[in-house]
Formats: sequence, C-alpha cells, structure tokens
Amino acid sequence: MRTHRVDVLVVGGGAAGMAAAAAAARVGARTVLVEEGARLGGVLDQCIHPGFGLHRYREELTGPEFAARLVAELDGVEAWTGQSLLAVDPNRPRARTVGSEGLVEIEAGAVVWAAGARERPLGALRVPGTRPAGLFVAGLAQRLVNIHGLLPGRRALVLGSGDIGLIMARRLHLEGVEVVGVVEIRPHPGGLLRNVVQCLDDFGIPLLLSHTVVEVHGRGRLTGVTLAEVDGAGAPQPGTERFVPVDTLIVSVGLVPEVEGVPFAPRDPATGGLAASTRLQTAVPWLFAAGNCLAPFDLVDTVATFGARAGTLAARHARGELSPAPRPVPVRMGRNVAALVPSSLVPGEEAILYLRAREPLDRARVTVGPDGPTRTARGVRPAEMIEVRLTAEETAAMACLQEVAVEVTALR
Amino acid sequence: MRTAVIGAGVVGALLARELCRYEGEVLLFERELDVGWGVTKANSAIVHAGFHERPGTASARFCVEGNALFPEVCGELAVPFQRIGAYVLALADGERAALEGLRARGEELGVPGLELVAGDEVRRRLPDVNPAVVAALWAPSVGITEPWALALAAVENACANGASLHVGEEVTGICLRAGRVRGVRTDRAAYDVDAVVNAAGLDADRVAALAGVPVPGLVPRRGEYLLLVDVPPSLRSAVLFPVPTPHSKGVLVVPTVDGGLLLGPTAADLAPEERDATETTTDGLAQALAGARRLVPGLPLGKVVKAFAGLRPEPRDGEFWLGETNVRGFYQAAGMRSPGLTAAPAIARWLAGGIAADLGLAPRASFRPLRPAPPRVAELPPEEWDALIARDPCYGRIVCRCNRVTEGEVVAAIRRGARTVDGVKFRTRAGFGRCQGGTCTDRILALLAREANAAPDEISLRGPGSALVVGRVR
Repeated sequence: MRTHRVDVLVVGGGAAGMAAAAAAARVGARTVLVEEGARLGGVLDQCIHPGFGLHRYREELTGPEFAARLVAELDGVEAWTGQSLLAVDPNRPRARTVGSEGLVEIEAGAVVWAAGARERPLGALRVPGTRPAGLFVAGLAQRLVNIHGLLPGRRALVLGSGDIGLIMARRLHLEGVEVVGVVEIRPHPGGLLRNVVQCLDDFGIPLLLSHTVVEVHGRGRLTGVTLAEVDGAGAPQPGTERFVPVDTLIVSVGLVPEVEGVPFAPRDPATGGLAASTRLQTAVPWLFAAGNCLAPFDLVDTVATFGARAGTLAARHARGELSPAPRPVPVRMGRNVAALVPSSLVPGEEAILYLRAREPLDRARVTVGPDGPTRTARGVRPAEMIEVRLTAEETAAMACLQEVAVEVTALR
Repeated sequence: MRTAVIGAGVVGALLARELCRYEGEVLLFERELDVGWGVTKANSAIVHAGFHERPGTASARFCVEGNALFPEVCGELAVPFQRIGAYVLALADGERAALEGLRARGEELGVPGLELVAGDEVRRRLPDVNPAVVAALWAPSVGITEPWALALAAVENACANGASLHVGEEVTGICLRAGRVRGVRTDRAAYDVDAVVNAAGLDADRVAALAGVPVPGLVPRRGEYLLLVDVPPSLRSAVLFPVPTPHSKGVLVVPTVDGGLLLGPTAADLAPEERDATETTTDGLAQALAGARRLVPGLPLGKVVKAFAGLRPEPRDGEFWLGETNVRGFYQAAGMRSPGLTAAPAIARWLAGGIAADLGLAPRASFRPLRPAPPRVAELPPEEWDALIARDPCYGRIVCRCNRVTEGEVVAAIRRGARTVDGVKFRTRAGFGRCQGGTCTDRILALLAREANAAPDEISLRGPGSALVVGRVR
C-alpha cells in the first residue's frame, strides 16, 4: 500500500469538491482530490441541460460546461479519478482509498467531505405492489439516457416534482418517450418554478399535485401504477384510485446526504447531513464538509461557493492558521423552515445561512433567533433556497444563546 | 445411474451436492433463469434452533440436526453464517408460561444453551427492546445466513463434482415404467433417469402430480418484509422473536449478515393458484412494521430501503414431505415450510444417503467438499487486496459503493453464471445496499452486456420479460 502525504484531502470530485480543492490549492495547500467516477464532475457530468452558472459565471452553462470551468480552476490540485474512498480514520486526518493501481493511504492535515447525496429509493416509501423492471430513480434514468445513450422505456410517469424529476420528464419527452405526467404528493411543485415552466408547461406534460403512487403493478416489466389523491397530511384518499398504464416509473423523491463514509462525524438530525458550523467545520476539527452531503442544495453555484469556503478553511486548519472557534451556537429550524445549513454559527464571524421554506409566501420575513436580525424575502418558494448573510456583529450578539431558531413568516 | 433433482432452491441445491458424494450422475433442473429465485430468495434467512418445533416431528429432528450442520456446510462452501443467537421476548406476564414451554420443548429436543433471562437483564443486554419485556428465552444456537448464497455455492460445488445444472428448463413430465421412474421430460429435451427428487418448492404439488403421487396440497403463504440498511450495532446483536402463535413464529426483527435488519414476516395464506403473488400490500407492510415495533419501538425507519414479499409453501398436512413415495424412484424433499432452510442440510444428507442405498451407489472417492470462494474485496486484508489488483486492476474499480463491490467481482459473478442484474446482485451484493442500485445498475448492465457480447436491451432484471431498457436513444 502506497502512502501519500498532503495538506488537504478532498473526497468527491463534484462541484463542491472541485471548488474546495481549487480554493485549498489557491492558498498554497498541497491538495489531493479523489473522485470515484472515471471523470470529474460528479452529477454535473450527466446534467446536459442548461441552467447552471448564472450566479458564479454570469452565464448559462450546461452541467458538463460548468464542470469543465471548475476543472480548469484545479491549478496545483492532484485530482485522482477512478479512486474510491474506503475509510477515514476517526482519530486523525488519514484515509484509505483504492483504484486500479492499488490501495493508497493518504495522510492529510485536513479532510473536506464532499461526497454529495444519493437518491432515495422507491423502497424507502414503502409503496405496496410488485418490484418489476422499469422502476428507476431519476438520476439512474438520466445516466442511462445521457451517458449510455439508452432508452429506459416507452411510456413513463414521473413520481416527484423535484428538479431532477422535472428535468427527466422533459428529457424523456424529447427522446420520444410518452411522459403521461409528473405526480407530486405536496400541493405545490418541489422544483424551481423555471423548471416547471420549461420542462413541463412548454411541452404539455401534466403536473398532478396532491397525488401519489399507491401501488406498483407488473411482474417482469412494469405494466402500470395506481395513483390516488392525498389529503393535506399526504394520506391517500380512498375512492380516488386510478390505474395508469406505464412501463416506466421515474422516481424522484428526495436526496439523502452521503455521509456513511465518516460514521464518526455528528449528523444534523433535521437534514441527515453532516453537522457543520458556518466555518463548514464539523465537531471533528480537521473534518470539513461542503455540498449536498450537508443537505440537498437548489443551485450548483451555491454548492461551489460553500465548497470554496470549506477548502480555504481546511487549508488554513491544515497549516495551523485557523484559530480555535468559540463555542458554536446551534441553529435550529423554526416555523416554516424545511431545511437549513449549516447547523451552527460561530459567534463573532460573518455567517451565511441557507434555508428552504416549507410553504410558499409572496413576501416573507426571515428572523434569526429571538429578537435577532431579520431579513425580508420576496417570492419565497420551497424549491428555492433563501440566503441569509449575517455580519460579525450580528453573530457576536448571539454568543451567549443556547440556540438560535430561524423562522420564515408572512409579511403583509 | 442417474438422478434428477427438480428445483434449484436451497433444498435441491444442497441435495444435488450431497448426491455428488456418491457415484452416479446428477442433473439439477431449475425453471427460473438462476439458482435460488423461488422460496429461497425471500425468507427470514434464519437458522433456527428447533425449540419452536413439536417433538417427534420431522421438522424438529431435521431442524436440530440441520442447525448443527450449518457451521460445517457454510464453512466448506464459504457462505456467511453467524451464530448470533436469539431472544424470544415475553412482553406481558401472561407470556412467561409460553417461554417455559418453549424451553422445555427445546430441551427435550436437545437444543443447546437455552436460558430464561429476567426482564432487567434483557433490558441491560438489549437496550433498544420494548421496555415492557418481562422475560426472554435466550437461544444461543440460532444463526443467520444468506439462503441464496448457500444455494448458489452448493450448486457450484455440485457442478465442480460433476453435477449438471439446467437453468431455465422446466420439467414437464415424469416417465414411469412398471411402477418406477425411468425418465423426465422438460420443455427442451427428454432424459433417462433412475431416480427423481421433487424439491420444487411452491410447485412441488404439481411435480408430484406429474409422477402420479398423491400429496395433501400446498398453500402459498405470503410473508412481507421491510429491509433496513446501515443500522446501529446495538440493534443487530441477536434475532428477536415474539412469543409464537399456534400457526406462526410471528413478526421478527432479524439482523442480516451484511449489516442490515429485516422486519417481518407477515403470514397471509393465498389461494393455491397464487404462486407468483409476491407483491407487498398496504396491510401487510403495516403489520410487519407494527409487529417489529412491538419488539423494538424505536426502529430507525429512515433506514428502510426496501419492502418485499416472499411466498413459503405451507403443506396442508403441516409437515415436510420427505423421502420415498409409492412410485419407486420418486423421492420428495418438499412442503418445506419453516424451518425448511435450517433443515435443508440435514434433509439433503439423509435423503442422498437413502437414494444411494436404494440405487446401490458407492461413495465417490473423488468428491471434493470445498468450494473456492470468489474474491470478496470488502473482506480481504489490504495486502491481499493489493495483490489481487496487481493481478487484475478490475479489482480496484469499485462498482457498488454501498457494499464495496468491484468490477472484478461483478465480472467473476457473470463468469460464474450470472446472466441478469439480479443474478449479479445475489452473487455479489451489488445493489443490495442503501442506494438499492440507483448508483450501480447502469454499470452492471454495461458489464453484463459486455461480457455476454449482447445489446443492452437484451439484458434483464430477472429473465424474460424484464428488460431494463428498450433500446438506444434516437
């Protein structure tokens, strides 16, 4: 087994990991990036649609184009593709990886965990029925179509109106698949408004809100699903069932942060992702985190921003330049907040919070903590995350609090 | 002399292997495209101790004998077997007497190590169980295994000892002359044989009918399960049973050999013709969940990744159908209700011996009981893994992240007979993990197509009619 010594090890070669590695190298850290896939880019590689980069590069790029920009920024980074992480030592920044040249032990000064997220499988929903061929999580269908050039079926239904589901509805339609609709259990779409318009409305694909799949049919290949309307609590309503014949079900019912490789690092109970402070540092001081392993983000641009911050701070930690943080103050999801990153803030330092509202609101007030700072926001939608920037003075005032709750309330 | 075994589930597979200890030819027929795809692939995967069985029955005898054989058989075949023990939990004072009854019965049968444990001690050993527990029966000989892996390994070892496997070939007739078996017909060919063993699982009554042997009939009993992955070790220390009812062992909490947890099974008797009704139901899944939560209230349901159902054959007379019949040369190892998996190694050994005696077969001196295990990198020490990669770099390319399966292992599985995505999954565990194949299915599809030199739309999930893709994009 070879041994390799670096300042910063970045795990994951998607947007977060590449931005982290580039930032770490930029401040002079010897940096190695390990990516399990054959190419850098992570999920960007299969996202051949446009819509990326409007914030970071001020132009509209496809996923592979956005990835190529980040690859071009990897000056001074040793990027190893086809290299899988096996284990991280819980006691010090040391990891074991494997690739077609064998096992490698990497000793580092800091580790950035940027392993992204996986899709929640249909089985997690405990939908009754059979388990035939023709059930695909959306990302798998996307890889089949965009990477392998294969058509998953002829007549499809999409379960879940998150962005991946919407994108795949359009993609399959463009490849000649009859897409009978997108089904969403909530009363509002899960994905960005622009995706509802550009992926469904523009192609006449129906969106069925407050519906879900209650049974899967077919023994060899899928023959159809039973749909039903749901009530406000998401419970199927008896008498509303109807059979929809399809040979393909695209499942897009959420992302789960991929954190199993660092079992010793505390999780945020609300997101299931790694618990990190506004420094993107976990409770294990040498372990930093960025991207969808914290919580699923809406925009890759934001992921890259978080990644760069994690990379910079990891490099400073590796060189002993990062002062020990004062006791971080936990940040909790309050009223009408469905997701929130990071999990705690460092008093006396600038902080960026990203949150997702539970219900849409035309005008809203975001409140951070009791009597804390407020921000206003317009056109709040669950699909689009709200960025809240706090000044060092504002966070310093929170130093003595046990926790800070963030709320989104309606403004009239 | 030639023996045909009908059905390559765990029973038929182990029987074929045991028959290879004797001279003569062994043919193993399986209607499905792969080994172990019937009852074998969807059950609780428990090696029972025997205390649930009524003394004097074949179930009791072969359960206790089978349990004792498992370390040897799984050792020889390189199949996972973990003797983690089990607790039967009494959750009310009224259930204490049942524990006493099970212990007395188990002791009569020679089940080793049974021990009644007081409620406080149970809570200390199992911090997650229902705090209402008043006592438990500890049975250290209970184990867990992978039934499909056992069937696959037994078939491989049988074939290495000269047996021939006929998958995707259905037996459609049994030829009798002068009251004894002379041959079998399949949907492909006819074979002269001297003996036939009915190990056809849910179809055993139909196979018996082909020979004109009267049997009491089979009821498909559906058991629904939920599978959790990556559960904390504290939840995986032992199998948990409730106090049994007269007709079922109840809903259990069962650790799997690869770090997961099974909740189930339910027990719903179906109509005799519903032999492929492996769908799950709203009620069944709710029952499985409620039953499991009764034992462990705080199960981490966010770790559920799959719901599935299996059918087990319930013989109408409640007992295994074993041994010779009124047709000479026609034997049965059927009606294999629970504890059929546990009993299988003992039944196979006993029945193979009987057939050999009837046919006058001498022991085969060249029989080799050991099956070389395919490499499983997740279990190798680093230096051995490195050496393997040096020989073949495919063993350094991880295909399934969740269960750490490499391209080399997938290719080896294909070369050992996997023709479908499920075939790869049951041989390597790729696709069994937390992402349920969402990350690796396309890569496995590509490897299957490459190795078979086939188009991707010829590759299926589990045989004809289950293609994964329909063609290329335009």
